[in-house]
Amino acid sequence: MYNKGTIIPGLIIFVLFVTFPIWFNGLKAATVPKPELPPGGEKKCVESVEYMRANHMQLLNEWRDNVLRDGNRTVVTVDGKDYRKGLQLACMQCHSNKEKFCDSCHTYAAVKPYCWDCHLSPKEAVSKEETH
Amino acid sequence: MKYAFSFLAVIALILIAGLGSQVPGMQYLFGVAIPYLAMMLFVGGFVYRVTQWAKSPVPFSIPTTCGQGASLDFIKQDKLDCPTKTSEVVARMFLEIFLFRSLFRNTKADIYDGPKITYESSKWLWLFGLLFHYSFLLIVIRHMRLFVDPIPSWLSAIESVDSMLQIGAPTLYLSSVTLLLGLLLLFGRRLVNRHVRYISLNNDYFPLVLIFAIGVTGILMRYFLRTNIDIINIKNLATGLVTFSPVINVKIGTIFYIHLFLVSTLLAYFPFSKLMHMGGVFMSPTRNMANDSRAKRHINPWNDPTIKPHSYAGYEDEFREFMVDAGIPVEKELSATKDEA
Repeated sequence: MYNKGTIIPGLIIFVLFVTFPIWFNGLKAATVPKPELPPGGEKKCVESVEYMRANHMQLLNEWRDNVLRDGNRTVVTVDGKDYRKGLQLACMQCHSNKEKFCDSCHTYAAVKPYCWDCHLSPKEAVSKEETH
Repeated sequence: MKYAFSFLAVIALILIAGLGSQVPGMQYLFGVAIPYLAMMLFVGGFVYRVTQWAKSPVPFSIPTTCGQGASLDFIKQDKLDCPTKTSEVVARMFLEIFLFRSLFRNTKADIYDGPKITYESSKWLWLFGLLFHYSFLLIVIRHMRLFVDPIPSWLSAIESVDSMLQIGAPTLYLSSVTLLLGLLLLFGRRLVNRHVRYISLNNDYFPLVLIFAIGVTGILMRYFLRTNIDIINIKNLATGLVTFSPVINVKIGTIFYIHLFLVSTLLAYFPFSKLMHMGGVFMSPTRNMANDSRAKRHINPWNDPTIKPHSYAGYEDEFREFMVDAGIPVEKELSATKDEA
């Protein structure tokens, strides 16, 4: 083999690059987050668990567009229960703990939803009220 | 119709993964066994190919020179296009690898009425090549969020920049769009440009179609076919793969298995195809040698050391009598050598 001095270090760098997740994790499998179920014990949501796990962001986006862009605040009725379209008006009524519900998966999957650019989590809302 | 085969091959791959992953128990084949096999082929094949290249001798000093070489002091040397020092070679290689400098030149000849021939630098290949390669790099890097935990902050930063326009939910990645755009032009070029179309083969079309299909299935999975696409389950499988403890205990959407199978195909195909230009660009003697053959002697590595250099003086000493007999002029006369003896 010619030019061993440059080719072997080059190959080592290549292998380190492509095996990045292996040595970065150090063979420790991460624990899968378990989002907290509603503390109030509610069992029903606007859609099934599978649908919400996969599509909640699209539903929220649709609601955001309905309410803020089209002024459509029609109440969503599922199984006789009314839900007002909104993160704080509907979702956070039951899933009241943002840190234990939303953030648990979002941190794990490195998703940074920009909901919280405008919305306040229930905890933040309380602390804001106290200061004013 | 040379490109038709590439489309058929990719459609066949999609069908294999789409139907195969629906058979109970086959999720482990498509989600665990094939990705592992593909990764082993990729790393092993890549190292093998580079080692084979490294074992091949370079008999001559063959750097491509595209500018004024080092000469007299008052003649200005083109240091990037005709490098003589290692530092200049490194600079040239850097621009080649990171900015595709040789594609920036890409001179194209055209004949006009007259007849008149013009030479013009065609920048489209360079522009869309750059767009494609950097988009692909960005996409590979941001997929790392599915493989590592905890996620380093630089990775989140790259992702924020890539989705900075905040279009839709989940937010649209700009690199997804630019990847497909780059691929469309690279593919279109092979159809529209007659010269390139003539020399294009299936192994030129296939990787383009395959990577396009990977991009499309990824986009479909992220934005449209979201049934059973729960990122938590997918990350659980992905981190399981890189920590050698993979588990599939939930149903994951078919589109995920198709995407993964196409990526596995790309990884397995990579070392045995033209995609090896990723390693080859570093190994190309026309780029990585300095043009210093007048200052430094390039020794051909396959020279037989038992064959000694034979100078003209030595040659004449050996054959002088025969040369004089045949009337061939000699530098030292025959009589003079006899006198000395």
